[in-house]
Amino acid sequence: MIAAFFERLNDTQGLNFSIFYDAFDRSRFLTGLWTTTYICIVSILASLAIGLLGVWVAGSGSRLGRLLVRIYVQFFRNTPPLVQLSFFYFAVGGLLPTVSDGFGGQSPLVSGTGWAIIAFSLFAGAFNVEIFRAGIEAVPETMVEAAESLGYTRFQLWRQIVLPLAFRICLPALNNNLVNLVKTTTLAYAIGVPELLYAASQIWSEMFNVREMMNVLLVTYVLLVAVLVWVMHRWEKAMRIPGYMP
Amino acid sequence: MKTGTTDLSVLKPFRVTPIPPSGLAAPVLLSAGLIASIVVTFAASLAVAQAIGPAARDGAMAILWRWAPLIFQGFLFNLLISFLSMALGTAVGVLFGIGQVSPSAALRRPAWAATQFFRNAPWLVLLFYAMFLLPFEIRLGPVTIAFPAWIKAIIGLALPVAANVSEIVRGGIRSIPSGQWESAESLAFTRRQTMWMIILPQAFKRMIPPWMNLYAILTMATTLISVVGIQDGLTVTRAALVAESRPELMLPMYLLLLLMFFAYCYPIARLTIALERRFNVKG
Repeated sequence: MIAAFFERLNDTQGLNFSIFYDAFDRSRFLTGLWTTTYICIVSILASLAIGLLGVWVAGSGSRLGRLLVRIYVQFFRNTPPLVQLSFFYFAVGGLLPTVSDGFGGQSPLVSGTGWAIIAFSLFAGAFNVEIFRAGIEAVPETMVEAAESLGYTRFQLWRQIVLPLAFRICLPALNNNLVNLVKTTTLAYAIGVPELLYAASQIWSEMFNVREMMNVLLVTYVLLVAVLVWVMHRWEKAMRIPGYMP
Repeated sequence: MKTGTTDLSVLKPFRVTPIPPSGLAAPVLLSAGLIASIVVTFAASLAVAQAIGPAARDGAMAILWRWAPLIFQGFLFNLLISFLSMALGTAVGVLFGIGQVSPSAALRRPAWAATQFFRNAPWLVLLFYAMFLLPFEIRLGPVTIAFPAWIKAIIGLALPVAANVSEIVRGGIRSIPSGQWESAESLAFTRRQTMWMIILPQAFKRMIPPWMNLYAILTMATTLISVVGIQDGLTVTRAALVAESRPELMLPMYLLLLLMFFAYCYPIARLTIALERRFNVKG
């Protein structure tokens, strides 16, 4: 039904939405969509872990740790993500040894998708460190003191008191950053990772439907972001503590 | 009353106790350590490249010295693009931002929708959009306006900038307490007068830090134009690496470009934070 409609649209109006009726183009597009989603999910989780680790080390009182986290955060925040990605993929990736792929050939140790995930996680993680820090600083001092006086260790204090409160405070900023991360995944196109933009560009260079694919692409990304924003809002609502306004 | 001449403690000028530094908030010492360690990393990568390179050919230092001016020129082109996109994006964005707070829904809704759409679309996709879908020239009667690739790139980068500026302007205007609007109304200011003479001058100050932040983001995003085939700093760096075909040079070469951007964007970020504190936008 849908396929027939878009085929007719192509014949009568010249609007070639090939992904809706051509099985090959559709599978390419969906594979691209899946790769993008996969990169997004893994990078989001990894960047959250990096953010947590970063604030933990920065707050641990060691001067060296603080300096290292600070260098990491400032460096990744103030340099272009595309150059970071090129740096990792070409420069660092070129230095790593290759491994045998089992078919007699040699393949790089970390694939393009792998480097994309590493670069985006580090990029978004640098922002997450700052976001978590702001959230943790917003937790009232008295709460921490009360917990300390009850004999909480630093780990317990973080896990049970500070983080649950700080997380709720910094959710809006985190939301923004994760949306930004989803938008940044398009850069993987530059190192040839077959994600959504790459798949779309392959389709439009073969089917000569740049205009149609471009619009499909734009709408797909806006939808992807909308899904993320919706999930985060649901989460924010579910985690709300009644009566506690940060 | 002079406060310096009395012993009464009540009349002494009070001193605000400074907020104790927490983890990352920046003492000058850390800033110096930060810059020093980044420079050391770069020097180390250069030294390693110098050491492991073939002895018969030019050393890493000589090659880097030869290419650095060209890479720097490419970087300057990035900056030029960033200035022009920022100017265009700001001009359009301010109009949209004011449209977003307009009392007329016919103006407010489209401005809001356009802002949200362009804010949530990836920069690279918008850049592709502008590169492929804008015509290479426009005929207006006898006049033909040519659109070379770099002008299209400026427009493509200006789209998300405009959307973000629109949000900044809306946020700035919204942050002015409604009492200002009401008192202006009671003094018989028209809406236009209130906007231009009362609200915008106050909101302007609060818009500067996020605007500068956006500028830093844009500057970093200008490297995207290398993906659509315009010669910028990243393209030159890659070309240099291909021309020399020396794998050990990749690390210092890319680090050099990263350092150029860092040297430009880091001061902007520091200044933004300083202004934020001064204007008391956050907290």
